[in-house]
Amino acid sequence: MAGFLIKRLLQAVFVVVAVTLIVAFAIRLTGDPALMLSQGAGSITEEDLARIRESLGLNQPFFVQYANFMLGIFSLDFGRSFLGGTQVSTLIGNALPATLMLAFTSMFVSIAISIPLGIKAAVSRGKWPDQVIRILSLVGLSFPNFWLAIMLVLLLSITFRLLPPSGMTGIENFIMPAITMGVILTATNVRLVRTAMLETLQSQYIMVARAKGLSENVVLYKHALRNCAIPLVTYFGLQFGNLLGGIVVVELVFNWPGMGTLAFDAVGARDYPVLQAVITVLSILIVGVNLLVDIAYGLIDPRIRTE
Amino acid sequence: MTDAVSTPILSVEDLSVEFGDTRVVENLSFAVKPGRTLAIVGESGSGKSVTSMSIMRLADMMGASYASGAIRFTPDDRKDDLLTLTQKQMRNIRGKDIAMIFQEPMTSLNPVFTIGDQIAESLILHEGMPKSDARAESKRLLDMVRLPDAQELLDRYPHQLSGGMRQRVMIAMALACRPKVLIADEPTTALDVTIQAQILTIIRDLQKELGMAVIFITHDMGVVAEIADDVVVMWKGKKVEEGTVADIFAHPAHPYTQTLLSAVPKLGSMTGEVFPKRFPVTVMDGETPCVVGAEHIQNTARYDEAPLLSVRDLVTRFDIKKGLFGGVSHRVHAVENVSFDIYRGETLALVGESGSGKSTIGRTIQQLQKATAGNISFDGRPFATMGKVEQRRLCQEIQYIFQDPFASLDPRKKIGFSIAEPIRTHRLIEGDKQITARVDQLLERVGLISAHADRYPHEFSGGQRQRICIARALASNPKLIIADEALSALDVSIQAQIINLFMELQEEHGLAYLFISHDMAVVEKMSHRVAVLYLGQVAEIGTRQQVLETPGHPYTQRLLSAVPVADPTFVRDRVLMDGEIPSPIRRVGDEPAILAHREIAPGHFVADAR
Repeated sequence: MAGFLIKRLLQAVFVVVAVTLIVAFAIRLTGDPALMLSQGAGSITEEDLARIRESLGLNQPFFVQYANFMLGIFSLDFGRSFLGGTQVSTLIGNALPATLMLAFTSMFVSIAISIPLGIKAAVSRGKWPDQVIRILSLVGLSFPNFWLAIMLVLLLSITFRLLPPSGMTGIENFIMPAITMGVILTATNVRLVRTAMLETLQSQYIMVARAKGLSENVVLYKHALRNCAIPLVTYFGLQFGNLLGGIVVVELVFNWPGMGTLAFDAVGARDYPVLQAVITVLSILIVGVNLLVDIAYGLIDPRIRTE
Repeated sequence: MTDAVSTPILSVEDLSVEFGDTRVVENLSFAVKPGRTLAIVGESGSGKSVTSMSIMRLADMMGASYASGAIRFTPDDRKDDLLTLTQKQMRNIRGKDIAMIFQEPMTSLNPVFTIGDQIAESLILHEGMPKSDARAESKRLLDMVRLPDAQELLDRYPHQLSGGMRQRVMIAMALACRPKVLIADEPTTALDVTIQAQILTIIRDLQKELGMAVIFITHDMGVVAEIADDVVVMWKGKKVEEGTVADIFAHPAHPYTQTLLSAVPKLGSMTGEVFPKRFPVTVMDGETPCVVGAEHIQNTARYDEAPLLSVRDLVTRFDIKKGLFGGVSHRVHAVENVSFDIYRGETLALVGESGSGKSTIGRTIQQLQKATAGNISFDGRPFATMGKVEQRRLCQEIQYIFQDPFASLDPRKKIGFSIAEPIRTHRLIEGDKQITARVDQLLERVGLISAHADRYPHEFSGGQRQRICIARALASNPKLIIADEALSALDVSIQAQIINLFMELQEEHGLAYLFISHDMAVVEKMSHRVAVLYLGQVAEIGTRQQVLETPGHPYTQRLLSAVPVADPTFVRDRVLMDGEIPSPIRRVGDEPAILAHREIAPGHFVADAR
């Protein structure tokens, strides 16, 4: 197990380096930030542009820029934003908690709903509860997240005036974004739990557990659930990545002051330091969550732990 | 237990069980008394397992409905009809008054909980024991099934135990609450014979100790003869015969019972015979038995020619990567210095228990597995000097038949396609018409009809599928067929027919067989020579008569004495093997000792006993 984790840790470091390298390189293909910054400033000479580039450090070779950026990470110094010159670490420090709260709330709610529903569907396979759950999940899967977000705003904020349409000021602000993220997550997760559960329920040890006289709840939630937890946890870990990707759209619709909004603005302004930092932090998060998943394997399954 | 207790504790009366519109058990009645063992015998599809699941009312969860009947369970003063109880009431009986052991010990225990937790679970649930008492009692139960180091085992997980140990844990778990009835559904079928003998002894001893009634479900007449007091024979969902074990074996009344008994291969039935022999087989044609085939001596081996296949000092090892950066720390020593020859027209049986390396030898010869060292030559050509073309040719001349006929045919291809595939691959016949004709001919040869070529594998029974696999193997005109446990998944009556088919084909085509099996009785019927494998090495090799009638190695003797004999009057002096077969996994550098062989009779080699 220890060897397995060390191996995974080294892989994780490699992944983060590779991601930052690709991002830093790709973003520099999109154009010159100096031109963006100087737009609308009247007549600009080539010397002016060169001066801007020099002040932003863009005149240095790519690998020097990249090395400076990577060295900065260790002291949590991501440089300053091209726009306004705020410390990037301050920007991220403000945005990250907002995004994480939203991501983890939707994830947690979705898991809490999809496990009992998925188990119910598996147990009543082919009967009406199963059919209803499967149809609902298909409906949920078919909503694009931006459409669902806009519909919720139209219905709950504009028509009924129940919830604030945007911002992050109180608990009521969480409801619509979390529902938007949660519906799509839950729709996928229910199907996943159902499939994993159906397979586990075929196992002989489930029959043995029933033959012991255990109640159905103990059989399902103690004996079966832990056995199908490996594929579930694996998927939840991967899903976390998708979730952070999908969150950009939802944050924009609800004007949520998170990483998605930050990244969106940075892309528009070719704000290299902010964008690099956002993507680096997100990739560390995703890699970190998947590392936790690997640790969870060992906790769930003694066959992995004792190897 | 005295015979004073004569009232049954459990009686099944006129039970009919249906799945949808299909009736799988019909008007079944039987009763079992405390201290007695009732064996329910039948082949696949006879409804015997559904019967046991119905008594537990677990069949409900598989979608069964009970069309008629009652299951009366009368311990002490209670008088319950189990069929009228709710699932909630049944939960108080399950695991407490009626307990069950299942067939597959490898999958019967939950892999994520410790042994101790799984046994204690029943005790906490039914006896209301506090956790610490339940743990102490669990240890006592593990001692009872004679597992060594019981205290340590409590904290182990199922994957750390062997099949035999897991089945003992299952027994301990089933007996935790001292049930009045124990249902054992094929509890030893998946185990090696020496381990089977241990498990049967444990079940019998504990039954005496606890005075329970045992319902023992099996397809193996040998096991029935060993363990049962009374027997119910089931066929196509109905009870066809019932009686004491002595009666059933001595005077089987129903034609099906007679067929079943005549089909059972009996170890020792060939004593004194020099060659293997084909025997006529009784098969059920509707309701009436009819005899097919004739007795025929199988003198086909061509010992006057050079051997077809020579294996010399074959070593096959597998690395286990356990180190931090994928370093090899352990190796499976599957095959160690094995040498043998097979001649044209000869059947060489490789016998041994799990982990003996018998399948690895087969796979190495078929080049599905690379040898670590040693030489194999086929038809005088060593493998090592062969080019690509010759190696491909070898794939045509050596064919493999696997154990599981369900898994070895592509479910999405018509069987005609599967049989024609080797012909097309090796370009044996040109022209679609000619190929179709050849496929039809092959199908008819293995006892099917040409119209079957357009069907899919799922439309066939297990026996028919194994015939299809044989037809596919024959399609490429092989010289050697490796049959890896090819008969083990089949019912005995089907098995007897396939054995005859194998032997007929051997005579017609001069085929050589490498027959890999754990079943000594089948080996006795089929083979010219026998090699006994133990931990990857040959313990003994010689003619069938030499090895089975005058076994020279103690392991062969133990193996033979562990085989259940389908004769309840047979009294044996059993050489029970203690403990487990050692593991072939060794640390790198810790090489096993290579056994030296002595020739105790011409052609009869015995390894030095360890």
